[in-house]
Amino acid sequence: MNKTTLPDERGHFGVFGGKYVIETLMPALTELEAVYDEARNDPAFHEELRYYLKHYVGRATPLYYARNLTERLGGARIYLKREDLNHTGAHKINNTIGSALLTRRMGKKRVIAETGAGQHGVATATAAALFGLKCDVFMGEEDMRRQALNVFRMRLLGANVIPVTCGSRTLKDATSEAIRHWITTVETTHYIIGSVVGPHPYPMLVRDFQRVIGVEAREQILAAEGRLPDACVACVGGGSNSIGLFHPFIDDPSVRLIGVEAAGLGIETGKHGASIGEGRRGVLHGMMSYLLYDEDGQIKEAHSVSAGLDYPGVGCEHSHLHDTGRATYESVTDAEALEGFKLLSEVEGIIPALESAHAIYQAARMAPKMKKDEIILVCLSGRGDKDVVQVAELMGEKL
Amino acid sequence: MSRIEKRFERIRAEKRKALVAFISAGDPDLESTRRHFEVIENNGADIIELGVPFSDPLADGPVIQAASQRALKGGTTLRKIVGLVAEIRKTSELPIVLMSSFNPVFVYGLQEFVDDAVAAGVDGVILPDLPPEEAEEFRALADAKGLDMIFLLAPTSTPERVAMVAERSRGFIYYVSLTGTTGVKSQLSEALAGKVAAIRQVAQQPVLVGFGISGPEQAREAAAVSDGVIIGSAIVRIIEQNPDAGEREEKVGGFIADVKKALDGAG
Repeated sequence: MNKTTLPDERGHFGVFGGKYVIETLMPALTELEAVYDEARNDPAFHEELRYYLKHYVGRATPLYYARNLTERLGGARIYLKREDLNHTGAHKINNTIGSALLTRRMGKKRVIAETGAGQHGVATATAAALFGLKCDVFMGEEDMRRQALNVFRMRLLGANVIPVTCGSRTLKDATSEAIRHWITTVETTHYIIGSVVGPHPYPMLVRDFQRVIGVEAREQILAAEGRLPDACVACVGGGSNSIGLFHPFIDDPSVRLIGVEAAGLGIETGKHGASIGEGRRGVLHGMMSYLLYDEDGQIKEAHSVSAGLDYPGVGCEHSHLHDTGRATYESVTDAEALEGFKLLSEVEGIIPALESAHAIYQAARMAPKMKKDEIILVCLSGRGDKDVVQVAELMGEKL
Repeated sequence: MSRIEKRFERIRAEKRKALVAFISAGDPDLESTRRHFEVIENNGADIIELGVPFSDPLADGPVIQAASQRALKGGTTLRKIVGLVAEIRKTSELPIVLMSSFNPVFVYGLQEFVDDAVAAGVDGVILPDLPPEEAEEFRALADAKGLDMIFLLAPTSTPERVAMVAERSRGFIYYVSLTGTTGVKSQLSEALAGKVAAIRQVAQQPVLVGFGISGPEQAREAAAVSDGVIIGSAIVRIIEQNPDAGEREEKVGGFIADVKKALDGAG
């Protein structure tokens, strides 16, 4: 089977994916599959989506040749796919606009979302405001503290932010709570998942909405360099910006696909978010994928300096790409990500999100070992404004 | 014939409704669970469901989530729960069903779990996040060993899904009475009677109603339109609210007896 035709009709990517949810939700997933299938074959849907992506989100985002960074590192040419320049400051809105249009097609008037760093919450609240939908966002208390600015942004956009107090009070728990809430309100509410995780059809649907990153980048690099890149690099929490970038390159074997997981305080400390690097196969949040859990199957708490990578699982398609060897997965520590954060700010005048800073650091690690005519394409998934208070704290600066 | 089927045969012969009691295994510890089991059996439950604690139980409301957390803090694992069942089996013939999120079972190893569970005397399993579509491998292993795999139906289930579960569920069908997670609710859905009747038209198995049954009155109402009830959060709450073991056991026993009395009058 052609790799890009996955998942199969039951939502499986090899042994991964599927629909591991309680019966109550199964009919809603079937409905979503049907609605999405219809939408995807409807030119009017694509036209409307394109309209909003262009005039509201600001697509296409630039593919920027990072000359200063390239010269500083002295190796491969580095291009940045500027998802940070999207409206709301990250790639998340590509998915929420598409999902809000689907919500409207289903005739539902209310959406819920989970959020880690707050970027998906903001993007959902934004799309909800645009299309007149009621919006509730589940967010871990710990993340609300780390990302107070985004909490306020969501409220300004008219969304209700619901603190989640169970477990580690981060993205995993916000996702669990959003699913529980969805079980209760499924007949009137659409759940907009923020990443390529969850039960089928979510990993496929979110990927399809994020593919625009890679589709544009592919055209842009061909226009700029007349050839494909040697490597695509992107950070992986759930893995939506990375799958969005990777997917249109999957059938180009010369392009290495490199996902960057959070090594947190260091893989050896056990406090990290490297689900592919260190995890094993299991079931969480409705899908089979690589997860972090203990010997009894209890899910472990992940750790990352960036709330968006602080997740003990990963999108099921990434697990499949790892197993087939089509993509490789590296990891970058909190401290290294912070270095990447400072490096890009200083040499290019671009403050990246802490999540994206993981990808920047990985590119900085690779570039010097590559030839000067080789090309690395990095997904700069979001801007770092949301992180400056936290980074100041980490650097011991008082604002 | 499995222990569960035998039990339902007896219930039918006695022209009464089934009472299934759920407790979270290991809440607050496994020795307490053994004693709660005894008290519940002595007060007339037909089947006991032992909940396997999971770090991220998606189908559970706050009461059972908290119980899971207490059990996990106390070091409860699926292996220890299987061991507890083997202990209980030395003195009890009451049907035992394990209810678990899928991950602990998957990590245990499907074949190994089925073998160990059956050897210990487990009669059935309910894996809420393993719907029929994903359950084929597990179902084949369970069927081969005579372990009843019990599937759920919900108010949102379509006629196609009702037919699929009616074909595949063993022991009984677990009807989730509300669109929501487990927990005590003040009122049963008005649509309950119609939904259960529709299932009973295509299903040979008994249809039991669970999720949101708060006490004797609701149990009686739900049982009037079904083959019996599953009651969980209400018991778990009594366990949570009574730190003294003696008082706790007395109250749990009293509660089961009250529900049993209400059910026996349900007709």
